[in-house]
Amino acid sequence: MVLTERTATERPEVRGVRRLSRPDPASRGRGGQRFLLVGLVLASVYSLFPVWWLIVAATKDRTALYQSNGLWFSGWHLWDNLHQVFTYQDGIFLRWTANSLLYAGVGSLGGTLIALATGYGLARFDFPGRNAIFACVVGSFLIPIALLTLPLYLLFSAIGMVDTPWAMLVPCLINPFSVYLAKVYTEATIPYELLEAARIDGAGELRIFFSIVLRMMTTGGATVFLLAFVNTWNAFFLPLTVLRGKENWTLNLGLYNWTGTRLESGIDLTGLVLTGALLSIVPMAIMMVAMRRYWRTGVTLGALK
Amino acid sequence: MTRSLRWKGAAFTVPFQLGFVFLYLLPIGYAAYESLFTEKQSGLGLGGATTEFVGLDNYTQGLTDSAFMDSVLRVVLFACVQIPFMLLVSLLLALFLDALTSRVASRFRILLLVPYMIPGVVAAIVWVNLYSPDVGPLTPIGHALGFDWNFFAPSMVWPSIGNLLTWHGIGYNMVIIYSALQGVPRELFEAARLDGASELRIARSIKIPFVRGALVLTGLLSIIQMLQIFNEPALFRNITPQTVSDSFTPIMIIYNQAFNAGNYHYAAALSVLLALILGVASFLFYRLTSKEAD
Repeated sequence: MVLTERTATERPEVRGVRRLSRPDPASRGRGGQRFLLVGLVLASVYSLFPVWWLIVAATKDRTALYQSNGLWFSGWHLWDNLHQVFTYQDGIFLRWTANSLLYAGVGSLGGTLIALATGYGLARFDFPGRNAIFACVVGSFLIPIALLTLPLYLLFSAIGMVDTPWAMLVPCLINPFSVYLAKVYTEATIPYELLEAARIDGAGELRIFFSIVLRMMTTGGATVFLLAFVNTWNAFFLPLTVLRGKENWTLNLGLYNWTGTRLESGIDLTGLVLTGALLSIVPMAIMMVAMRRYWRTGVTLGALK
Repeated sequence: MTRSLRWKGAAFTVPFQLGFVFLYLLPIGYAAYESLFTEKQSGLGLGGATTEFVGLDNYTQGLTDSAFMDSVLRVVLFACVQIPFMLLVSLLLALFLDALTSRVASRFRILLLVPYMIPGVVAAIVWVNLYSPDVGPLTPIGHALGFDWNFFAPSMVWPSIGNLLTWHGIGYNMVIIYSALQGVPRELFEAARLDGASELRIARSIKIPFVRGALVLTGLLSIIQMLQIFNEPALFRNITPQTVSDSFTPIMIIYNQAFNAGNYHYAAALSVLLALILGVASFLFYRLTSKEAD
C-alpha cells in the first residue's frame, strides 16, 4: 500500500509526462493486441462450440444425429423433436418443466423474502445473539450437501414430506448465502437516519420493513432472487434424494433418468435427451438476459463470500 | 436502541432461525447421533434388526475402508491438477480482458460466461454426448488427426471430467478475478510504465499479486465443490458403468450406502467424516495461501 500513496502524490507530474513520452495504451504493440484477441477468440470458441453442437443436434432426426457431421445442420427436424419430447410418456416432460418452475420460482421468492427480513434484522438492529446467527450463516457455507441431505431425507420421511413438492420447497426457504447477501445490501442501501425518521413519524416496524425497506431493496432483492432461482434450477442431489415418484421430479432429474434408460432397457433416448437439455437451458437464458444487470453484481459479490 | 426495538429487530430473523434449526442444526445433530449406532441382525436375520450403540466404530470402519479412502484420495489428487489448471486459464483470460478496451472486453466476457449459465447436469449431458463415439464430433476429429481417442477409457475418465469442469468453471472464476483486477489503481500501471516496466512485468509484479485474494477465494470454493463432486461422475456412470464405479467419489459412496445398501448409520458417519475432511482441507489451504502473502 506504500506504493499507492507514493504514486498518488506524484500523480500530477506523472500525468504531464505521460502525454509527452508514452503512447496511448490502445496503440501499444499491435502484435500484443493481436495475441490477446487470438487467445480470447480461441477461448470463446471453446466455450461456445458445445452449445452450438447441442443446438444443431436438436434439429436432427435419429439417422442424421448418428451419421452426419455433428457441427453442421443436416435436415430440419426440430419441430418433430419438440413434439416427441413433449408427448413422450404422456407428456411427463411438461410436468417436470412445471415442477422446476414451481420449485425455483416459488421457493426462491419465499427464500428471498425470508433472507431480506433476516439480513435487515442483522444489519440494522442490535440484539443479543446477533453475532451467533451471523456466525451460523457464514459457517454453513462449509457444510457438505451430503451431511445435510441424507438426514434431511430421514426427517422428511418421518413427517411424510418425502415425495411431495414440500420436500423441495421447504429447503429453498432457508438459504444462508442469500441472508449474507441481503445483509450486505442492507448495509449499503438503508441508512439509519431514514429508519429513525420513519419511527418519529410513528410508523410501525413491520410497516417500515414492507413499505420502505423492501421498496429500497429492489435491486438487492432481485439479485438474491436470481441467484436462488439459478441454484434451485440447477439442483440435483437434493431432488435425487427426496423425490422418488416421477411426477414430482425436476427437469434435471428427468433428463438424468432418460440418459440412463439405454443402460437399463436398451431404449436409446439420446435425441430426446438432447432436445430436452436444450429446452431446459431456455428459461435460464431468458432469466439471465432479462436480469443481466443483477446477476453480474451477484457473481461479483460472490467474491466476497 | 431501546429494549423493545431490539426485540422487534430480532423478530425479523425468527423465520430464518426456525428454518435454520430445522434444516441445518437438526440434520447435523441427527447425523452425528445416528453415526454412533448400527443395525444388527439378531439370530439368523429372522428376528428382525435391532439398533445397537457402537460408539465410534463406524468412524474407525470409515477410516480403514479402502473404498472410501481411495475415493477421497482420487478426488484430492484430481483437485490438485484440475483446480490450478482452471484457475491459471481463468487468470490468463482475466488479464487478457483487462488489457483490452472495456467495450471489446465486455463482448468477450459475455461469450466466455455462456457455459456458466448452463445447469451442471445439462453441461454433463452435453459433454458426455460430445465424447460419445456414436454421436459426438470429437472422436471423428481425433481420427482425422490420427488419434484413437476413447474418452470413456479408465485412463481418460478423469481428464474427460476435468475438461468438463474446466469448461463449466472458467467463466465464473474469470469474472471474479477480472472484477478484482478492475480494483487495481490505474496510476500504478502508469508509474510502472514510466519506470520502463513491460506489460508482462506489470502483470507479473502488480496485477497478479493484487488479485491474490480473489485467487485464494476461487481456489477455496473450487476445493469445497470438488470434494463433493457427484453430478458429473453420476452421469458418466450412466454411460460407462464399467469405468465409473459406484464408489468413484465420496458422495457416491455415501449415497449408495444410504439408499442402495440401506446402511444408514455408516453413511451418516461417512458424511461427518467428509465434513471434517472438507474443514481441514479448507483450513490448510487458507493457512498455506495466506502465509505466503506475509
